[in-house]
Amino acid sequence: MIRDWVAGLIAAFARGLTGATAQWVDCPPMAGQRVYFANHTSHLDFVVLWSVLPQEIRSLVRPVAAKDYWASGVRKHLAVNVFHAVLIERRHQAAAKLDAQHDPDAHGAEQDQPAEQKPGEHSLIEHAMDDLLNALGDKNSLIIFPEGTRGTGELPGPFKSGIYHLWRHRPDVEFVPVYLANLNRVLPKGEFLPVPIISRVTFGPPLKLEPHENKKSFVGKAYQAVCSLREI
Amino acid sequence: MISRLDHQILWIFAGLLGLLLVASIAGFILLRTARSEGAKATVKNLNARIIAWWKMSGIFLLTLLMGPHGSIVLFALISFLALREYMTLIRTTRADHNTLFWSFFVITPLQYWLLYISWYGFFVTLIPVYAFLFIPLRLVLEGETAGFLDRAARIHWGLMISVYCISYAPALLILHIPGYHQDAKLLLFLVIVVQLSDVFQYVWGKLLGKRKIAPHVSPNKTWEGFIGGILTATAIGGSLWWMTPFSRLQALGMSLLLTLLGFAGGLTMSAIKRDRSVKDFGSMIEGHGGILDRMDSVCFSAPIFFHLTRFFFER
Repeated sequence: MIRDWVAGLIAAFARGLTGATAQWVDCPPMAGQRVYFANHTSHLDFVVLWSVLPQEIRSLVRPVAAKDYWASGVRKHLAVNVFHAVLIERRHQAAAKLDAQHDPDAHGAEQDQPAEQKPGEHSLIEHAMDDLLNALGDKNSLIIFPEGTRGTGELPGPFKSGIYHLWRHRPDVEFVPVYLANLNRVLPKGEFLPVPIISRVTFGPPLKLEPHENKKSFVGKAYQAVCSLREI
Repeated sequence: MISRLDHQILWIFAGLLGLLLVASIAGFILLRTARSEGAKATVKNLNARIIAWWKMSGIFLLTLLMGPHGSIVLFALISFLALREYMTLIRTTRADHNTLFWSFFVITPLQYWLLYISWYGFFVTLIPVYAFLFIPLRLVLEGETAGFLDRAARIHWGLMISVYCISYAPALLILHIPGYHQDAKLLLFLVIVVQLSDVFQYVWGKLLGKRKIAPHVSPNKTWEGFIGGILTATAIGGSLWWMTPFSRLQALGMSLLLTLLGFAGGLTMSAIKRDRSVKDFGSMIEGHGGILDRMDSVCFSAPIFFHLTRFFFER
């Protein structure tokens, strides 16, 4: 299959460039359905995360990316056909435009923020959530970036609440925190040429959650889980 | 090219093969006899190191057989990977990004390309002169002045150690010594003496090591390991005089100098690791750490060996 070939080639290139190795901390590499959620600092994030997964499960793991960045040309072809990416609409047309001005190539799973919801936004969020749930299906896993946009520091920015709503719909799926180290040094925001700094992908134990976890505590736990992997 | 092989190189290959076999058998026996948990862990690490030695020797000797260009490409790759470990470990900032790109993808390949075409005058000045001036200039163009001198110094030091100093090892291949067909034997001599010194410092240290030689910088190095390693490797180097352009006494003196410089390199690079609170530069070579952990002694010995040989024996 040409698709697997191209995907394998890109994965090998990403691993070679970034020297990325996976560390699995209390988290077996092979398992059932999962949502991998990670800090987001570089365009290389999902490719590298995906490339260090065991080869057998890669075709079942789908990254979630923003439609406005990945919707055309080669990018779209790569995203949709090679990586099976789930492209979702950002939270609001206007907001997306604002984001685009601020950061022309931001991508990632931009999720809803009900506190700031504007009329007409609701259906968009529902739509995005439907896309995610469809993509998850009964055998796939997802890669999401709960910050929604790329940050610049070692610590992730605040998480959006979309990850919580995803869990509410699918509490049976394991939520696995991932910390991506040094990818902001390989290809920082706003740069075009990569530098071969060695990066590291650390997978932590799946979140342990109460059945009635509220939004604030869920997002807090998820955020802490990613940050705690920084020091390992 | 097999035709390049003279009988001296065959003897060296046979000697290395024998040494690796003896080490592997010793490692196997130790694995059977180790009792305590601590001893088991040490033997496990020892065996990982021996397996890595098989692979490293294989790669090194194979590229040597491909002629000078094979070795130049191999060392270019080693420099690239060493620079990468170094740059990953030190603090670089966002404003260093483009300068780092130049360091990895322009300056490093250029240094080895100059060797490839044997342009000696540019080879010795590229990094100490041109890169030395270019790096701060490129950093200035970013318009970020915070920590400026630190950042420029760190990047340049990395290039000096991982690219400039290491490139002196394959540079031995372009030396022309009257009446001596070197066929990579000088490079072999350097690598054998320096690496055996590291190996025997480790072996003597494990067997007899008690008194720490630099507890703050490198807690595993002992006086017993230091003296035993230097003496053993110097003796072996002296006994290999027939593969060099040196007399017996000269070979002995050169070996002593190489082992001492190798030790100095290991100690200096340890200081960087302690400063950044890590044990190793990387994890690329099983049991050894990173490329830079294996090359630290070559960094210090190769340039001096090259220039001494060139000064006293070339022409």
